Amino acid sequence: MPTVTMTVNGMERSGTVEGRTLLVDFLREHLGLTGTHVGCDTSQCGACVVHVNGTSVKSCTCLAVQADGADVTTIEGLANGADLHPMQEAFREHHGLQCGFCTPGMVMSAVDLANRDSDPSEHDVREWLEGNLCRCTGYHNIVKAVQAGARAMGGGS
Amino acid sequence: MNDFTYHAPTSLDDAVAALRGAEGGTLIAGGQSLLPIMKLNLAAPTDVVSLAGVAGLDGITDDGDSVTVGAMCTHAQVAGSATVQGRIPALAAMADGIGDAQVRNAGTIGGSLAHNDPAADYPAACVALGATIVTDRREIGADDYFQGMFMTALEDDEIITAVRFPVPSRAAYAKFANPASKYAVAGVMVADGPAGVRVAVTGASGDGVFRMAEMESALGDSFGAEAVAGMGVSSHGLLSDTAADADYRAHLVTVMAKRAVEACG
Repeated sequence: MPTVTMTVNGMERSGTVEGRTLLVDFLREHLGLTGTHVGCDTSQCGACVVHVNGTSVKSCTCLAVQADGADVTTIEGLANGADLHPMQEAFREHHGLQCGFCTPGMVMSAVDLANRDSDPSEHDVREWLEGNLCRCTGYHNIVKAVQAGARAMGGGS
Repeated sequence: MNDFTYHAPTSLDDAVAALRGAEGGTLIAGGQSLLPIMKLNLAAPTDVVSLAGVAGLDGITDDGDSVTVGAMCTHAQVAGSATVQGRIPALAAMADGIGDAQVRNAGTIGGSLAHNDPAADYPAACVALGATIVTDRREIGADDYFQGMFMTALEDDEIITAVRFPVPSRAAYAKFANPASKYAVAGVMVADGPAGVRVAVTGASGDGVFRMAEMESALGDSFGAEAVAGMGVSSHGLLSDTAADADYRAHLVTVMAKRAVEACG
């Protein structure tokens, strides 16, 4: 069975996986990083979004072996100790979540957008979140949170 | 998903050798089509050969009369490329409308073309723009490349390396997207280029991309939305599914063609 090594949230992590092991399963089952969620498992809902080499991808539609050697960031890698990341803080401040299931993917997707555009319009945010589904709140406060979080990040993560 | 042996070659020769040595091997590029169908056991390869580490499959170059896109370029790279935006803005806009942001970050032009989903966007762009699919062993014109649903002219061990798009004088793509998947219920690319006016339709037919000769002729005589606005499209052979029946798709083809012509300016 293949061995994979990747940098996850700044730490080098290795594991023995099957070829078919999905990145999300490696993160959750092998590394215990259960902040990344599995919603639909069909690359539609976006609950599993993580960053691979700085861009957001759906970790349910990526093999662990495809991420061998990559730099991976999950929701656990955003906060600095007790200090929330500006995007997390914005989601709290603007009540951008209800049950919270979609939130890790929403935040990781939003951080990728904010890294590209420090002041996205409402339209830009709604288009960008095409692949992130929330079934509780609707998107109104999420969009406000993403805009505020992007401005708070000021063009950098 | 069945398990498989994973290969990560660093050259085209090694990738071809891995495919030839496998009982039932397949290539993986971004995996945005392959992994979902493997999860459904619609594909169960014994070996998966990744192209991610193969050198020379990335990059976008302006060749003057044409733009060449490396097979491993993601949809996001095509959409965000200053070269593509400047020379063939319709192609950049089309790539920006594929799936969602994360799919565009991972999915590639080569993967999309090798898969040839009948509702994918790239086939319409390739046929309308008169693109050439460049492989590890030959060049294939778009008109010869697409051979029906999930069928292409590729040999079993052939690898797409790049796609060359002639620069048109004007072009635009209009898509009526499935709201869940963003796949085309009907998508029409209109291009006025070196080979004349070409109109290519995706999403509407179970046989995949096809050209609308009658529309091409009418637009060649007089390039304007009114040339295609009243043109009926036969529903014969068009798809009927939960998204739309064949008659509705036929109607959409005319509407999307009209919008694409209007967007050509």
